[in-house]
Amino acid sequence: MGWMTLLPPLSGIWFAFAELLEQTAFWEAFAMTARTFGIGLGLSILVGIPVGVLMGISTRADKILSIWVNLFISAPITAVIPALMPIFGIADATVIATVILFSIWVVIIDTQAGITHVKDSLVEMGRNFGCSRWKIIIWIVIPAALPEIITGVRLSVVRAVKGVIVGQIVIALIGFGGLFNTYLSYFLMERFWALIIVVFVMSFTIIGLVELLERRIAFYARTR
Amino acid sequence: MWELAGRADISIAFPPFSKVAVAFVSMLFNGEFTAAYADSLPPLLIGLCITIIGGVIIGVSIGLVRSTEWFIMPLLIIFQTAPVSALIPMLTYIYGISDTAKVVAIVILGMPLVALNSYKGIQATSPSLLEMAKSFRASWFDTILFVILPSAQKMIFAGLRLGVSGAFIGIVLAELLITPTGIGDLITYNRFVAHYDKMFATIVSILAVAGLTLGGMSKLEDLLFPSEKNE
Amino acid sequence: MDDIILKTEDVGVIYDRSIVALENVSLNVPTGKLTAILGPSGCGKTTLLKVIAGLIEPSSGTVKIRDKETIGPGPDRALVFQDFALLPWATVLQNVAFGLRAQGVSKREREKTSLTYIKEVGLSGFEDKYPHQLSGGMRQRTGLARALTVNSEILLMDEPFSAVDEQMRRKLQEDLLELLKIENKTVIFVTHSIEEAVYLADQVVILSGRPGSIAEIVYPEIDRLGEIDLIRRQPRYVELVDEIWSSLKSYVE
Repeated sequence: MGWMTLLPPLSGIWFAFAELLEQTAFWEAFAMTARTFGIGLGLSILVGIPVGVLMGISTRADKILSIWVNLFISAPITAVIPALMPIFGIADATVIATVILFSIWVVIIDTQAGITHVKDSLVEMGRNFGCSRWKIIIWIVIPAALPEIITGVRLSVVRAVKGVIVGQIVIALIGFGGLFNTYLSYFLMERFWALIIVVFVMSFTIIGLVELLERRIAFYARTR
Repeated sequence: MWELAGRADISIAFPPFSKVAVAFVSMLFNGEFTAAYADSLPPLLIGLCITIIGGVIIGVSIGLVRSTEWFIMPLLIIFQTAPVSALIPMLTYIYGISDTAKVVAIVILGMPLVALNSYKGIQATSPSLLEMAKSFRASWFDTILFVILPSAQKMIFAGLRLGVSGAFIGIVLAELLITPTGIGDLITYNRFVAHYDKMFATIVSILAVAGLTLGGMSKLEDLLFPSEKNE
Repeated sequence: MDDIILKTEDVGVIYDRSIVALENVSLNVPTGKLTAILGPSGCGKTTLLKVIAGLIEPSSGTVKIRDKETIGPGPDRALVFQDFALLPWATVLQNVAFGLRAQGVSKREREKTSLTYIKEVGLSGFEDKYPHQLSGGMRQRTGLARALTVNSEILLMDEPFSAVDEQMRRKLQEDLLELLKIENKTVIFVTHSIEEAVYLADQVVILSGRPGSIAEIVYPEIDRLGEIDLIRRQPRYVELVDEIWSSLKSYVE
């Protein structure tokens, strides 16, 4: 098989791209990807931040959870996907679970790091003025940890993008994973590359947006 | 917690911990693991060697020779942030069902991380240390060997750990998708025949191997560079 | 003897069961005066201040305010921090008002009070700036204003001027003396600078290190009623700096 079939000329890919946008299968896959990505990432952030805060302020929670978080953050989560399929079915739920397993750990770890690195003097200041523990956490500790939390969210977006793609590829029947599989089995290399480009561009757009947001918040990190 | 969830019959696909443990032990001794890992480990090791050596060399050289930066950096960043795994199914079409496909999968998922971190480590060498070396008229070679590399060591090792976890993702993905051999096949097969306890045992085994490898690397780093331990 | 507002009785602090940070510190702080706690770094002077502030619980001994034992922080003591401890995401006004906000004072009320003190410390016009837009000296003025708003009788200052440059430090020291002429506060001031202690304090408590305990108490009795610029030229000032240095020398090492 020649390289030409594998790497078709750009004009061909461009043509395939235009075709792709007319297909309902593409838009269905797109909607499914967006949906599972959004739900999975949202849950990761909504659960990850409170867990990270808890681990940052309670040594007991840290002791119980940190082994697992540290194990899973670098574990080959891909291996777990086949186990998710029979539990959650060949559907959205499996992809959502994959996205969560890819993206939640980094949110937890970065949030915790942010919380533990808050300057002691800020907490002492709050205590000095008679703030309750609760007020210190809400008014001082969490806002002070925000730059790290945002970094965690950005990294989790990167991982969620990978998770949503890897999940669909391993399942190979739904979403973009299904399309990739179909295109490859029928040697539709132009379409395959067009889809790869779509996926890459989508991920860069999302990550770029989050980076923009991060830079906006980072301004006060300088004085810490 | 796992045991309770499994016992509570949430799903037949989610066996209790005890069953998985039994399956794990039996697979360990009846040769199923041995056979699978015999298939998976050689490409994994080859891939890791290429990932580590190649990644560090690329990272260090673009860190030192700035003229290569504009060309390689964008590629590395694309490879690091984009879901490159989408390319892996295509590897079958290039390399067929072979170890080469696995090695390539490992390298494309692991090497960019190693290279990027090595590069960042080199970049982050403190300017005052470099000025110090200059003021003592250290040679270019000595500066690299005694100032730049040691100060980048922490970042390089962090990159190696990222690269290794990327490599594990690569081999698992490759074996799940394209080459029905080794550890990935053991997972897929047991899922098809609904031996969920065996499937979970296999998954646990690969997570454990990855965890032990990464833990071993941290230990090795502490052993080789004990001075950096408590920072 | 003056009226004593705060005293520590046999205060001791032990970290990690074996490291003795403070031992048998008994100290009287007279009302309306400035007490400086002076000592080499690592001698436990900040620990002592935090015990007084109620942030560290002493392993032994007690802190009494007007002869009543006190535990934990209270509204009678306000802290000024070495690193300013300003909230980076809040404006000068919001930072100054923080203490009042914690006490549940209404927004209008606390902004009114804060603005008075912002003026008093010389920060008028900077109300809406963020800490990173301010110089070190201005940041500490913000910290000082925040401590003043809550109207505590006792002001605790932990090396407040050590993070700013020399010129600014002198200016801040002078301004602090001017401020205390209007504000009638009792101040406990931690410093490692002999000159600063002699210049500012009515009572200088010298701590020896490891374990921290009181080595000596010196009463500068310097005339501060006249021109503030002239204090450093008084023979008494020069003499005292020398004297304290010769007794401190033995503890530095």
